[in-house]
Amino acid sequence: MKPGGRITAIAAVLLLVCLAISAVAVHHLDRIRSQTEWDEVLYVPSPKVVKRLSLGYDGLLADVYWTRVVQYFGTKHHEGARDYQLLAPLLQITTVLDPQLTVAYEFGANFLAPQPPYGAGMAQQAIELVEYGIRNNPNDWKLYYNLGFIYYTELKDYGEAADAFARGARVPDAHPSLRVMAAEMAQHAGELQMAQMMWTTAYQSSKDPNVRANAIAHLRALQVDEDVTNLEKLISVYHQKAGQLPSNFFDLQAAGLLRALPLDPLGQPYKLTADGQVEVRDPDDFPFITKGLPSGYVAPPPRFRPSDLGSS
Amino acid sequence: MSNRIACIAFNTFREAVRDRVLYNLIAFALLMSAAAILVGQISIGIERLVVVNLGLSAVSLFGVVIAIFIGISLVSKEIEKRTLYTVLARPVRRWEFIVGKFLGLAGTLVVNTFFMAIGVFAALLYVTHGFQAADGWIGIALYFIILQFLMMTAIALLFSSFSSPLLSAVFTFSLFIIGSFAQDLRGFGAMAAGLSRWLATGAAYLLPNLSSLNLISSVAHQQAVSTQLILTNTCYALVYTAMAVCGSVLIFERRNLK
Repeated sequence: MKPGGRITAIAAVLLLVCLAISAVAVHHLDRIRSQTEWDEVLYVPSPKVVKRLSLGYDGLLADVYWTRVVQYFGTKHHEGARDYQLLAPLLQITTVLDPQLTVAYEFGANFLAPQPPYGAGMAQQAIELVEYGIRNNPNDWKLYYNLGFIYYTELKDYGEAADAFARGARVPDAHPSLRVMAAEMAQHAGELQMAQMMWTTAYQSSKDPNVRANAIAHLRALQVDEDVTNLEKLISVYHQKAGQLPSNFFDLQAAGLLRALPLDPLGQPYKLTADGQVEVRDPDDFPFITKGLPSGYVAPPPRFRPSDLGSS
Repeated sequence: MSNRIACIAFNTFREAVRDRVLYNLIAFALLMSAAAILVGQISIGIERLVVVNLGLSAVSLFGVVIAIFIGISLVSKEIEKRTLYTVLARPVRRWEFIVGKFLGLAGTLVVNTFFMAIGVFAALLYVTHGFQAADGWIGIALYFIILQFLMMTAIALLFSSFSSPLLSAVFTFSLFIIGSFAQDLRGFGAMAAGLSRWLATGAAYLLPNLSSLNLISSVAHQQAVSTQLILTNTCYALVYTAMAVCGSVLIFERRNLK
């Protein structure tokens, strides 16, 4: 081998060896410094300072911060975390950098408001975020809808919810259901039809597959809750008439209380337990249900069904 | 006269496009536009926004880097290689040399921006599967970016006419940073009193106002740009550029080249 060729070969081998060693070192460093240590640091906490430091490229930086919000929430949500201390400050920086980034208000509020494990359990911060969004985007009816939604679902403050929907209904080109929701809220707040209307509007007003899948999952959960309530009422009627609990749903059919075997929204038959409770076959398929759960069941973080993510 | 300026401009353009650094920077800008597609996929609801924001920011930042690093060496390199003496020995006036150099680099930057813009629009087309009428405002943002380049090139040339390349780069880059804070400087002037007020206000009017030329975020949201803003920005950028080029000519005319 020529001297030049030998040096080339040695240098190439050394390069590969050093690359391998550095990769192993980085891997080791990652193990020493836990992921939490990296995630829970906000180097510049002031939104105004971040905006100044952006040198006019605030739109780009807002996108970076929004991506960080999504990754932060996604990672913590996946881990089943109950503490999201950086979520609100990250969203504040994102929206100060780009006050027109409406996606940050819509999704951010939905990350903040729901109780753990579905969200951060920070409904008040979610309301502040959406109000800030409304001040900067007064003609975006979806923000009023989100505001009313948080008041309705998380705070059960139906008066404020009705007010938010009424404000949204006055915006040009607002979804027609806002006016209906504002009007119906006073009389039917807390009723199933109201909740169904809200989730249906959420489904119809978004093109995002995650939002639509979430709406479908909630609509299914509402259906299960209603089915279980109705079936347990029928079981109670049967119990009063027959003096004993039915052993299965065929007993209810035989007694003329039920026309057919009851199926859940995914087509699976409901289960009837020995103590007269109605349960779904696979509770993991129904995140957000409040009834029909086996006793002691601990819900995992909600996963949307792949078929729902592709729904149109 | 115009022939001589055109000749110097063309040669400056030809020399600039031979520079390998230029192609590396354009390649990086195009790579960033392509990376915007990936960033959109790990976020929610900003696929289009991130392509426009990242793409136009890359065009702007890399263009400014090109304007500064080629602009600062426009005069000094000619002196260092002693080619300036050959040029000035011919019937070429010093101001013609400066104007020709400026036009040559400005032309290079316009051509570069055109190619980088193709990359941005290609990434946008990939993400959105079609253009909308409001995407036309991206063209206006690119036009403003070119105006920004003209100002930066003229400033780099101004420093290059009397200072070393390293110091010229530091001065020009500092002015780019300060120019991005122009509105804050004016706000500071309004809040201050006495001499500080006059100094801050004077500095705010003297330094380049680059923040008004940055419309990347608004066009990313498909917001319209008023004709008045286009005309005022065009007028301001051209006048400021002419002012900086005049400053370069004044300095270069009096510079002792022996």
